[in-house]
Amino acid sequence: MQENKRPNLLELKDICYSYHSLQGETNALSHISFGASLGEFLAVVGPSGCGKSTLLSIIAGLLEPESGTVSIQNPDGSMRRPRVGYMLQRDHLFEWRSVYRNVILGLEINHMLTEERLEGVNRLLKDYDLEKFREKRPSELSGGMRQRAALIRTLALEPELLLLDEPFSALDYQTRLTVSADICRLIRRTGKTVILITHDLAEAISLSDRVIVLSPRPARVKKELPIRLTLTDDSPLAARNAPEFSDYFNVLWKELNYESK
Amino acid sequence: MKANKKELTKQEEFVREHRREHHRISSCRLLLFLLFLILWEVSADLGWIDSFFFSSPRLVLSCFLSMMRDGTLPMHIGITLLETVLSFLLVFVVSLACSTALWYSPRLSRVLEPYLVVLNSLPKSALAPLLIVWLGTGTRTIIAAGISVAVFGSIISFYTGFQQVDEEMIILIRTLGGSRRDAFRKVVLPGSLPILLSATKVNIGLALVGVVIGEFLAARRGLGYLIIYGTQVFHLHMVITSIILLCIIAMGFYKGIQYVEHHLRIRRQI
Repeated sequence: MQENKRPNLLELKDICYSYHSLQGETNALSHISFGASLGEFLAVVGPSGCGKSTLLSIIAGLLEPESGTVSIQNPDGSMRRPRVGYMLQRDHLFEWRSVYRNVILGLEINHMLTEERLEGVNRLLKDYDLEKFREKRPSELSGGMRQRAALIRTLALEPELLLLDEPFSALDYQTRLTVSADICRLIRRTGKTVILITHDLAEAISLSDRVIVLSPRPARVKKELPIRLTLTDDSPLAARNAPEFSDYFNVLWKELNYESK
Repeated sequence: MKANKKELTKQEEFVREHRREHHRISSCRLLLFLLFLILWEVSADLGWIDSFFFSSPRLVLSCFLSMMRDGTLPMHIGITLLETVLSFLLVFVVSLACSTALWYSPRLSRVLEPYLVVLNSLPKSALAPLLIVWLGTGTRTIIAAGISVAVFGSIISFYTGFQQVDEEMIILIRTLGGSRRDAFRKVVLPGSLPILLSATKVNIGLALVGVVIGEFLAARRGLGYLIIYGTQVFHLHMVITSIILLCIIAMGFYKGIQYVEHHLRIRRQI
């Protein structure tokens, strides 16, 4: 397989997770295994409530899996623990901070307000057309701009692995199309490894290199589908107009609707 | 262009009407106050009420002026103000510390919850006699009374404010590699500042209530003492003067905190 040419950054082995309450046990994830190679853009789709967010929380280290292992390799081979950036569904920019002070929040928490890092942040602000808004309040930004600010906040810590938990679901459809394409282009430029969670099949196909389909709860990996699209230009709609798009869409659609009936 | 101009005058009209309404409300308030004073004065003068028991604006004013002149009233006012501000500050510090501890340890908060609820709903004036036995008569008892009235409610409202902060924002801090301490400093405290301020507005009023209760029972100085003393010697002008002064002090504190709140709001634009 082509993926094996590049080193694996992330490796999930046999991940199981259950939620416990007095009413009983809810099995969320059952023996999930997959990997992501360096620079790969992975999309995870599945029926709602199947445990997609739980999976990301485990990869991010916010939850401990009940069994199985998550290993994240360092791309430069060093012993340093690789950083994982996690972008939540809502941007959660703090209204009591300016855009700039929101963006450096991660650096502030990790005591990394070095000149070099701040310069990196300034460069990102410039690249993402937010420089003029750095002293503004988050409420003065549009939905797309807020997402970009949240992305800079995540990227400021220079994570090796980027986890996106339906980061566009709070936007209206029109904005969502442009912003998702826009943000993903920006991310691709950085060459980061990405895992995107979405319930939007079109979004998954148009943005990712490989789609992983999860089954309803308890989630298992049902299918892995590598995506190769013939693109004419890099407009938001280009991927959706690619000739292979509808085939991929049908495959995923069937895969998702097969068991839920 | 023409439409634009018309729009503008409509806007001006709206602003003018808004201001006019504002003036109307203010003058009604003032009028009501003056009417009350006149009615009070007239009924005292005409003998509808006995000015010995009910006093009158003129008698209150002369009592106020004479007590100001001999320096007793400034001292009593100063004492009450000082005690109230001290209890208020202590309430603020203690409840901030306690609610922070409760937030840090959910287990502690679950253990202490019933105690807080009971202590908060207990009528604090019932504690005052006990405080006198424990702490004697004097400033210490009065400040303790001021604290006891405000502190439990204050802890509960601070803690509730902390809890209302969106859980996802705390997760965000964790995704950025922050600890619970970071979450508290970066999210919980700044995020609940509006709630802290409005609780503070209530607290300062409650501290004043506590201080006056304390002065009723265990003081030789202060406006609460003046009220009790005045009643005992049937010098009711003095009692009413003190009550009016308490009204003014309460309003002053409230306005003061409102002013701070307003400025913080402008600075943080929330």
